[in-house]
Amino acid sequence: MKPFSRDQMAARVAQDIPEGWFVNLGIGIPTMIANHVPAEREVILHSENGILGMGPAPAPDKVDPWLVNAGKQPVTLRPGGSYFHHADSFAMIRGGHIDLCVLGAFEVAENGDIANWATSENDTAPAVGGAMDLAAGAKRLWVVMEHTTKDGRPKLVEKCSYPLTALGAVSRVYTNLGVFDVVKGRGFVVVDMAPGVTFEALQERSGAKLHLPA
Amino acid sequence: MIDKIVRTMAEAMAGIKDGSTVLIGGFGAVGQPDALIEGLIEQGAKDLVCVANNAGTGHTGLARLMELGRVRKIICSFPRSAGSVVFEELYRQGKIELEIVPQGTLAERMRAAGAGVPAFYTPTGVGTLLAQGKEVREIDGRQYVLERALKGDVALIEAWEADRWGNLTYRASGRNFNPVMAMAADLTIAQAMHIRELGEIDPNHVVTPGIFVKRVIHVDRGPDWA
Repeated sequence: MKPFSRDQMAARVAQDIPEGWFVNLGIGIPTMIANHVPAEREVILHSENGILGMGPAPAPDKVDPWLVNAGKQPVTLRPGGSYFHHADSFAMIRGGHIDLCVLGAFEVAENGDIANWATSENDTAPAVGGAMDLAAGAKRLWVVMEHTTKDGRPKLVEKCSYPLTALGAVSRVYTNLGVFDVVKGRGFVVVDMAPGVTFEALQERSGAKLHLPA
Repeated sequence: MIDKIVRTMAEAMAGIKDGSTVLIGGFGAVGQPDALIEGLIEQGAKDLVCVANNAGTGHTGLARLMELGRVRKIICSFPRSAGSVVFEELYRQGKIELEIVPQGTLAERMRAAGAGVPAFYTPTGVGTLLAQGKEVREIDGRQYVLERALKGDVALIEAWEADRWGNLTYRASGRNFNPVMAMAADLTIAQAMHIRELGEIDPNHVVTPGIFVKRVIHVDRGPDWA
C-alpha cells in the first residue's frame, strides 16, 4: 500500500478544479493545493481576509507586510486581483458566489456533516474563524485530510463525535488512501484509491460503510 | 472648518469611558491599529468589552490590555493562535469572558449595526454549538439562525490615507474589518499612515467616507510598511 503524501493529496484535489472557479482554500494541506494548479489554468483564489486573485508566496525580499492570507502568511496578488473588506468577503462566501471551499477536518460523516473546529464541548479556547461560514456558504465543500487519526481511529464516520461545523455540507473527501463522494441517501462512494489500496483495506480503516460507484 | 485630525494620542482617546464596547480592526497584525491600542492602555478605561478577530499575541497591544485586567469580555472568531498566551491563561483562570462568533457573522453583525439593521438570519452555524439558545427559522426550505447587530461605543481602526474630513483608504489586506468597524461605532478613531490634503484623495478611491469617522491621528509605521 502506497498512501498519497500530503503533496500528492493536494495535487489530486488540484486536478479536479476546473478553470474559472472561485476557490477558497483552508489552512494546512488545502493551502498546498494552490501550488498544484497548472499555471495556464485560471483558478481565482479567494482569501477571507479580503483578497480575490491571491498568488503564491513572495520571494523573501519582496514581502509586502500589508498582504497576508487567512493563515497570516505573506502572499502576492495576481494581475486582475482585488481587495475588499470583511463583510463583502463573507457576502461572497455566504451568498453562494464561491464555487468551492476546501477545508481540513477532524471528522466527516456519511451524511456530509463536518467537524473541524473544536475537539470537545469544553475545549479550553475554541477558535472557529471562518470555517462555519465557508462550510455553510460555499457552493461546494470538499475536505482533504488523513484517512485516520495519528492513533489509527477513522475520520470517515457514521456520525461525528466532535462539535459540528456544519450539517450535510461535504460533497467530496480526499484522504491519503482515496477519494470519496458523499452521496445523499447513500453515504461514502469510493471514486479513487491510492496505489496498492484495496476496497477491503479502505473499509477496514473507515468508521462508516463504503460503497462502490453504482 | 472641520478638522478631525488630532495631534496627540491623549486627544485621540479623550472621553472613552469604563465599560465601553471597543471594536478593534485588523486581521492578525495586518491593519491592526497598534498605536491606538497603546493609547487606550495609556488612557486607562477599564471593564471593556473588546471585539476583534483575534485575541492578541505576546504581551503587547490587545494582549497587554487584557493582561492589565482591563478587558471584561472578548468577542472574536479566532482567539487561539500562536502566541495568544495572555488570553489563554486568563480564559483558563475564568478571568475573562469569551463570546466566539463565526468570522463572517462577526463582520455582518457589525455591518448590520452600522446600517441600522437590528438582526438578521444567516445559514452560518445552523445545527452547531454556536447556534444554541438562538432563534432558528426556516425560510424557503432552509434553516437560518437569527443573529443580532453588534454595535461599538468606540472603534479603533487603521487606514492607509486620511484627510481632515475623515475620508479613508486602506492598503491591500489591511482593509479587513476596518471599514466595517468604522461604520458600527459611535466614536470611530483612525490611525493613518499618510495624511492628505482635502481633495487630494481621489473620491473614487475613498473606501470609508468621513461620515463614519470622528478622529484621525497620523501614525507612520516606518519604512517597512511604506
